[in-house]
Amino acid sequence: MARFDGKAVLITGANSGIGAATAKAFGAEGARLMLTGISADEGAAVMAEINGTGGDARFIHGDLMDSGFRDGLVDRAVAELGRLDVLFNNAGVGFGGTVETMSLENYRRVMTVNLEVPFALCRAAIPVMKAQGGGAIVNTASELGTIGAPRTVAYCASKGGVILMTRAMALDHAADGIRVNAICPGPVDTALLTFDSVDPDGDVELIAVDTPMNRIGEVGEIAPAVLFLASDEASFMTGATMIVDGGATA
Amino acid sequence: MGRFDGKAILVTGANSGIGAATAKAFGAEGARLMMTGIDAEAGAAVMAEINGAEGDARFIHGDLTEPAFRDGLVDRVVAEMGRLDVLCNNAGIIRRGTVDQLSNEDYRLIMTVNIDTVFALSRAAIPVMKAQGKGTIVNTASELGETATANIPAYCSSKGAVVQLTRAMALETARDGIRINAICPGPVLTDLLIGGRDEAYLAKTAEAVPMGRIGEPHEIANAILFLASDEASFMTGAMMIVDGGVTAG
Repeated sequence: MARFDGKAVLITGANSGIGAATAKAFGAEGARLMLTGISADEGAAVMAEINGTGGDARFIHGDLMDSGFRDGLVDRAVAELGRLDVLFNNAGVGFGGTVETMSLENYRRVMTVNLEVPFALCRAAIPVMKAQGGGAIVNTASELGTIGAPRTVAYCASKGGVILMTRAMALDHAADGIRVNAICPGPVDTALLTFDSVDPDGDVELIAVDTPMNRIGEVGEIAPAVLFLASDEASFMTGATMIVDGGATA
Repeated sequence: MGRFDGKAILVTGANSGIGAATAKAFGAEGARLMMTGIDAEAGAAVMAEINGAEGDARFIHGDLTEPAFRDGLVDRVVAEMGRLDVLCNNAGIIRRGTVDQLSNEDYRLIMTVNIDTVFALSRAAIPVMKAQGKGTIVNTASELGETATANIPAYCSSKGAVVQLTRAMALETARDGIRINAICPGPVLTDLLIGGRDEAYLAKTAEAVPMGRIGEPHEIANAILFLASDEASFMTGAMMIVDGGVTAG
């Protein structure tokens, strides 16, 4: 009996990195998955891998910057899966730059994907979870929501916002049986680490990889924390930020 | 196949509350356990329960305020089990009263159990873990190591120290394959919370928790096992807050 047998789980940014690793981990523990992501090819590959190993996943290709797609997503997940037990707000983007060098357009894009989208999806998911009598939301924040870093001003601002949004929502909905927590990954081996998913000339030094453990993390080391927070093992956790950063913020 | 099959684990304060729940959870996942606690009868009962459920536990009765007992403990574990994979520094005490009501002796006792012991046992365990090339320590801090409350100043101080000792030791040992983290429980149904308090106090405490209830020891044990397991391989120097939302607002 796996921890997520039959649970309906929605994951954003599931086509790569932490999202893909987490989707696979949920899939291996019995979840019924709705995945979304910006890359149709990658998303289809993640879905195929999960379904090829006895999992139960579906993928919807879409851009969360598109408010029509975003605002219909929870309804589509519920229509397909019948309920929503876990929402993993994982999609994120980064652009390098200081406040002087970053365009307002890039700032808004970071804030939209990293902060406004989780708000909008929680807004849609919470009534569903309330009606069910409970649910769990896990948001991907970052160690850069708790400390600053050079030339990542918009990213840091957005992730700080995710942490406080997580705490505030946790307080608002604790009595509804809904737990809301965040993970704060340190540097992890994903495309976002160098921001090259959106900025091919991204400076690798934007995020220091010189962690106390002397290595960057692997996506497979973040997924277990997400699953823990989403599971009944974390039944007394809400409003918490779980830092998984190899000691970087210690 | 349990997550802790064959792992040698030392749990202090294992005769009751979070320590007992954690020992039972480790026992159910295959660990070889050395438990210690101040209450011989309660400790024997926890041990019997674990061994009765096909676990592998032993209990040493002793008082961690005695330096001789404390400083020999890790050696006894290694002598008995051959290694030490996980150290759970869990023993803790509380004394209520404002700073002008508590005696220096009360303060000294709290600091001795809640922080000096963590330092001393870690000091003994780290060389063992270094030699093994791997090991992990989980300290029981508290939400009251991050935020304070009235009427338990020494307890808050000691738990704040546990938080910072955890971070400092994590930085020092991260490249030795040793991970050191802490849990920060909120109010939990244990003797430490309940001791001498009435129903009205417990009801008021529960009401102050956003989840509207007091936590149960097994809910904290789950977090300790996660931190102690390889699932937390990229976590060190972290505080895992398990408080029903108390410190979120």
